[in-house]
Amino acid sequence: MSPVPKPPIFLQRASYRQRRVRDAAKLIPFVGIVLWALPMSWAQSANEGQVGSEGLIYIFAVWVVLIVLAAILASRIRADTSQDATDDPKA
Amino acid sequence: MMSFNALIFAALAYVTLLFAVAFWADRRAALGRADFLQSPWIYTLSISIYCTGWTFYGAVGYAARSGLEFVTIYLGPTLVMVGWWWILRRLVRIGRAQRITSIADLVSSRFGKSTQLGMIVTVISVIAGTPYIALQLQSVTLSFAVFAQVEGVIWEAADFNATAIWVSVGLAVFTILFGTRNLDANERHNGIVMAIAVEAVVKLLALVAVGVFVVWGIAGGVSQMLTRIDASEIVLWEQSGSRWISLIFLSGAAFLCLPRMFQVLVVENTDERHLHIASWAFPLYLLLMSLFVMPIAVVGLDLLPEGSNPDLFVLTVPLHEGQSGLAVLSFLGGLSSATSMVIVATIALATMVSNHIVVPVWLSLQANQQAVISGDVRFVTLLARRLSIVAILALGFIYYRMSGGGTALAAIGLISFTGAVQILPAMLGGIFWRAATGFGAASGLLTGLAVWMWTLFLPSFGVDAFISQAVMDNGVWGAAWLRPQALFGIARLDPLVHGIMWSMILNTAMFAFVSLVTFPAPLERLQGAQFVNVFDHSTAAPAWTSAAAGAEDLLIMSQRIIGSTQAQAIFEHEAISQGKVGFLPEVTSAFIERLERELAGSVGAATAHAMIGQLIGGSSVSVEDLIAVADEAAQILEYSNRLEAKSAEQERTARALRDANAKLTALSIQKDAFLSQISHELRTPMTSIRSFSEILREGDMPQDSLNLYAGIIHDEAIRLTRLLDDLLDLAVLENGQVELHEQTGQLSDLLDRAVGAAGLHDGVLKVVRDRISEDIRLSTDLDRLAQVFINLIANARKYCNAADPTLTIRVAHLGGHVHVDFIDNGTGIAAENQALIFEKFSRLADEGKAGGAGLGLAICREIMIRLGGEAMYLPLEKGAAFRVVLPSVKS
Repeated sequence: MSPVPKPPIFLQRASYRQRRVRDAAKLIPFVGIVLWALPMSWAQSANEGQVGSEGLIYIFAVWVVLIVLAAILASRIRADTSQDATDDPKA
Repeated sequence: MMSFNALIFAALAYVTLLFAVAFWADRRAALGRADFLQSPWIYTLSISIYCTGWTFYGAVGYAARSGLEFVTIYLGPTLVMVGWWWILRRLVRIGRAQRITSIADLVSSRFGKSTQLGMIVTVISVIAGTPYIALQLQSVTLSFAVFAQVEGVIWEAADFNATAIWVSVGLAVFTILFGTRNLDANERHNGIVMAIAVEAVVKLLALVAVGVFVVWGIAGGVSQMLTRIDASEIVLWEQSGSRWISLIFLSGAAFLCLPRMFQVLVVENTDERHLHIASWAFPLYLLLMSLFVMPIAVVGLDLLPEGSNPDLFVLTVPLHEGQSGLAVLSFLGGLSSATSMVIVATIALATMVSNHIVVPVWLSLQANQQAVISGDVRFVTLLARRLSIVAILALGFIYYRMSGGGTALAAIGLISFTGAVQILPAMLGGIFWRAATGFGAASGLLTGLAVWMWTLFLPSFGVDAFISQAVMDNGVWGAAWLRPQALFGIARLDPLVHGIMWSMILNTAMFAFVSLVTFPAPLERLQGAQFVNVFDHSTAAPAWTSAAAGAEDLLIMSQRIIGSTQAQAIFEHEAISQGKVGFLPEVTSAFIERLERELAGSVGAATAHAMIGQLIGGSSVSVEDLIAVADEAAQILEYSNRLEAKSAEQERTARALRDANAKLTALSIQKDAFLSQISHELRTPMTSIRSFSEILREGDMPQDSLNLYAGIIHDEAIRLTRLLDDLLDLAVLENGQVELHEQTGQLSDLLDRAVGAAGLHDGVLKVVRDRISEDIRLSTDLDRLAQVFINLIANARKYCNAADPTLTIRVAHLGGHVHVDFIDNGTGIAAENQALIFEKFSRLADEGKAGGAGLGLAICREIMIRLGGEAMYLPLEKGAAFRVVLPSVKS
């Protein structure tokens, strides 16, 4: 009967990278929310004229950025292995 | 121009193709060659059932009416997909670990496999899903009508109804054929997934083709298109930020909660890694689906006559431009969107209805559980599922007829979303919050359902259909704060935003509050831990504590649910893994749990649990068991700590034993050395005594020689006696058996006696003394002390190698002790030997000179220790110097 091993405090370089990639993957939706919430301020600032096609372009540009970011991170994220599968926010 | 009949033919050909694809995929999967079907791309395409007929046609209409707002419907799912690491990964993992069959099963299973919760979620889903199915029927019939209109036929209501009926029947046949082939809802519906993947490609191609035609064919390029958009009458941005953010939230939440989305995202998922690709590929699909919506809307408003239905621009713009081929492609895209959504939605809803309503009710009506037929539950479930498919499609059709198809129906899309989203708090709470309880979930769900019905669903039927204008204006029972679109007096909000806000707030608040004040049942706590900690790989406490049922009973019961072949396979596999022959394994609680999970994949967690519970006699896990499991873990921990302490103690003991052993070995070596020394010492005099006595026995020799030899024998005998005396003395001293006789006397007298007895009469050794310092009164065993002094003086006489040997006896009073030092003027003893001289038989190099046995100093030291003093070698003096520390003096 061995006691449950504690997760290590410091990680190998590769595992450390992998955790940061996951952190980044978790951040993407928040980036999206912030960028797509910005149009709400247009209502006030665009008093002089209507929001034109640049608004349309902005929303699609954010979209493309999110897709590219998600694709890059998805290609770098390893499939769950038992070692790093936990959602442990530490380390 | 294409004839209407040709269109019918094209549609039928397309549908036949879909049947063929589905059939082919099912065959291929049955042959075990499903690898191509299980690629992440097929998974991504199957998710695209999110883009229904309503979004395919309706998005353009939405854009024409409300500008950019249409895009919110796609932004929410995009955020959920790119944020897959948060929720989707967890859902998929739980879905696989717990063999979840539907979203109702997820909620039911999480909250203690509760039948009631499953029913509540099913009811909500059916109510919210029915209008949506009606919406799909409407979009298909409308698109048919467009083509009929081209031929100059204006459709009557009867035509619409007939089309809707035929479409419904076709869908029902397809869904029953490919959706209820196997009972295990957890098994992938390969045929259907493949068919909807094909449909996903068709609808994307259709919309992009129309878009490309509009941008480059009509507008003449991107920049001209942008100019047109700017010049268009569409107001791109209306000043309602609350609607914008609410709709993004709503679509994202609906993406997770809609039964059909849960079906393709979680239930049909074969590999968690597919999410990696889908996380960006599905947002890309959504982006492509919405890229051309605004151009089509703008161009449609420009080209088509005033009053045209913008919902149908995707069809009417190509038709107006004479592009009938493109229009047919577009029609097929719309048909694909509508049918794929309806198929998956009906499967998902039918699974929920059969598993969570029909089977539990049927089982409770079965009075005698023992009179059972193999596969009867399976039969009932399959039948229920098939009838549910028909019933759900019929409901959709009835709703379509009742609402009269029109704009009222179009508005229901978002309202339907809001209904489905009522499941969100219970679902997210269930997978992230261990303390969420079934009561909390039920109260949240019912509250949300009620608020949604009151604020959005019932008013959606139009004024005076369910809620009269008076109630809308003044609230019910005169309570103004109950006005459906101004709850708690908050008016002037957009009705949809108002409904979303209040239903979600009240739902979540009830869920949280009731969860906080209620106590979860044991099974709930167990399931909660398994759901929330799904990534921790922890072994759960067994849900069944006693395995009271016989393997035979369990097999019979399993056969009822999954049929005899599959049930026997499971049992045989278990028996083999237990190392038993035959197919009746040992009934362990682990096996029961595995079996329950298998059965749950067919009839849902609640029914599987209930059926096993009947056999086992309801000996499900109790609070006491949970605590016992926790206690056991604590005990094991404590035991291991104790073991660790014990092992440390044993380590210490072992070390002590090793030390003792080393000491014993050293002592044994010493003893051997002593014995060989002593025999050597005894042997030398004995040898000379024997040889001289032999000479004497021969006789016949002169008197001188006789005297000499006798003298030698005498001397050697004396030496032997002395040696034996010394040994005896030392043994007595070392054993502490010596008897001390305390006397009183002067130190000077004692020294006089010693000098006299040491045999200094030959005058070789000169003794220097300071008589004044020797005036000290002693009270000890004077004879023994004298022995020490004599020994030391005799040593000086024997070993001092100076030309003019002198012994200085110095007496000093130091720190309450009297020191008597005997210092001669010889060369002294080398430093490395100083430690040895007090050991037995330690004689230094010049052995022959004295002939002592080397016991003198050892005896001296032993005597001094017995007397309470000390004898030591005094280094740093010129000659050999010994110090005798006398026991404390009584002056």
